[in-house]
Amino acid sequence: MSDEDEIILAELNDEDLVQQMFDDLYDGLREEIEEGVNILIGRGWAPYDVLTKALVGGMTIVGADFRDGILFVPEVLLAANAMKGGMAILKPLLAETGAPRVGKMVIGTVKGDIHDIGKNLVSMMMEGAGFEVVDLGINNSVEKYLEAMETEGPDILGMSALLTTTMPYMKVVIDTMVEQGIRDDYIVLVGGAPLNEEFGKAIGADAYCRDAAVAVETAKEWVSRKHNSAKA
Amino acid sequence: MSNPLTDLLAEKGTLLADGATGTNLFNMGLMSGDAPEMWNTDEPQNIIKLYKGAVESGSDIFLTNSFGANASRLKLHGAEKRAHELSRVSAELAREVADTAGRKVIVAGSVGPTGEIMEPVGPLTHALAVEMFHETADGLKAGGADVGWLETISAPEEYRAAAEGFKLAGLDWVGTMSFDTAGRTMMGMTSAAMVDMVHELENMPLAYGANCGTGASDVLRTVLGFAAKGMPTPIVSKGNAGIPKYVEGHIHYDGTPELMADYAELARNCGASIIGGCCGTMPEHLVHMRAALDSRPKGDAPSLEQIVEALGPFSSASDGTDGEGPVRAPRRGRRGSKTS
Repeated sequence: MSDEDEIILAELNDEDLVQQMFDDLYDGLREEIEEGVNILIGRGWAPYDVLTKALVGGMTIVGADFRDGILFVPEVLLAANAMKGGMAILKPLLAETGAPRVGKMVIGTVKGDIHDIGKNLVSMMMEGAGFEVVDLGINNSVEKYLEAMETEGPDILGMSALLTTTMPYMKVVIDTMVEQGIRDDYIVLVGGAPLNEEFGKAIGADAYCRDAAVAVETAKEWVSRKHNSAKA
Repeated sequence: MSNPLTDLLAEKGTLLADGATGTNLFNMGLMSGDAPEMWNTDEPQNIIKLYKGAVESGSDIFLTNSFGANASRLKLHGAEKRAHELSRVSAELAREVADTAGRKVIVAGSVGPTGEIMEPVGPLTHALAVEMFHETADGLKAGGADVGWLETISAPEEYRAAAEGFKLAGLDWVGTMSFDTAGRTMMGMTSAAMVDMVHELENMPLAYGANCGTGASDVLRTVLGFAAKGMPTPIVSKGNAGIPKYVEGHIHYDGTPELMADYAELARNCGASIIGGCCGTMPEHLVHMRAALDSRPKGDAPSLEQIVEALGPFSSASDGTDGEGPVRAPRRGRRGSKTS
């Protein structure tokens, strides 16, 4: 750490600053991200532009490298934590300026499953992509999922299970949604280490997402498809 | 120091471990979302049936039904105070099955992950993790387990914490990690890095290795990665019986008994000396694995191509040990940057 390496964020022009924020997100540097967000806002950037051009742009790189096996969970958690720092500044500003909403997701691990690492990653990456996320935490019964869908009105329901012993519970939730005639009101995404695409299809989910990066891509795709079909 | 596991390994050269716990219990009516460990006291006859399934199929080692018997996991079911008791009972039931088997069978006390992320990235402190592992290990020892058996671990920090827990309990142990993410653990540890970590521990395990993960081929690539380090510590290979599928309301793994027999033979050729299955591995699979280990001679280690030919493709092109994996793009300089 010599003085020569010291980068003064405020001295960078907009383009270089955004590039530097991409790198800082990648390296999980929360304070630097908060500083970068404040500088851009100070320069008159719209909060929505800071979110999509700086934070979402940076998290997209993190997501791609996670998907490709270059980054792993600890690095991604640090990056997501840095992003959260930036989001905390942006959130009230976004609400004030009435920025467009990308989509909303209710997410939680199923009954019996405490393993929330994957679910947390998905939450953070979804927020990083501009989605609003309602996190139900761990160990959710079918009743809890249904209640949250009723009160929150999300576009997407996300379920996660990490154990062979808990993954069948996803089908219990989906079957109940079918029974109540609300299955098609939501996009249902499932994920977790023991799952695969065929399993996702067999239990009646819309898609299985291999990791958090894929979850974001899939969510975007399905939400835009839903919007298009609503217009048609 | 002598231990029944190392004695039996010295006597037989290769040991057959057991198969699945969850998959077998589902077939006996365990409901999804319920804690399998509750059956130790609520449905002990089913747990005995599970254990006997492994022993009667020829397993030299079987794991107790205590994978989730730690305070953190049991808390979900409002049973965090029962970690010691449920661990103890799982081992007591196992002890009885082993002692009436008519041959030497090792009772391995299963210890699964806490399910929480450890510091500095997550909230679980080292001290608390050690305490939880200590409690479970104590219970397993009190119930008569021959060894503790740590499994499905992703984080090196958690593996180290468990090593301390076993030491405090005075229970010899074996520890395996799950390599399910591009050939590494979820936390990014490679097979080679695990060997280094294991051999730097103050309380080293009797054996180390891989379990679960993503299919038989991947586990064998991981075992080759262990063996390449050339350490004398015995290597464990416990792979899943293929990939899970949902068939008529049940989880079914697509690996056939014949495939698992080939897997067992190849695992030994790769350098593993304790070989078993994990999720989806039923008694029928174990019978075929036993026959393969007993009847087929040990051969040379297979190449990666031969593994793919016998058991199917890998889940990722590289497992991070060959220097061929993808690498990050070059970055700018940064003060305090941890990774550049």
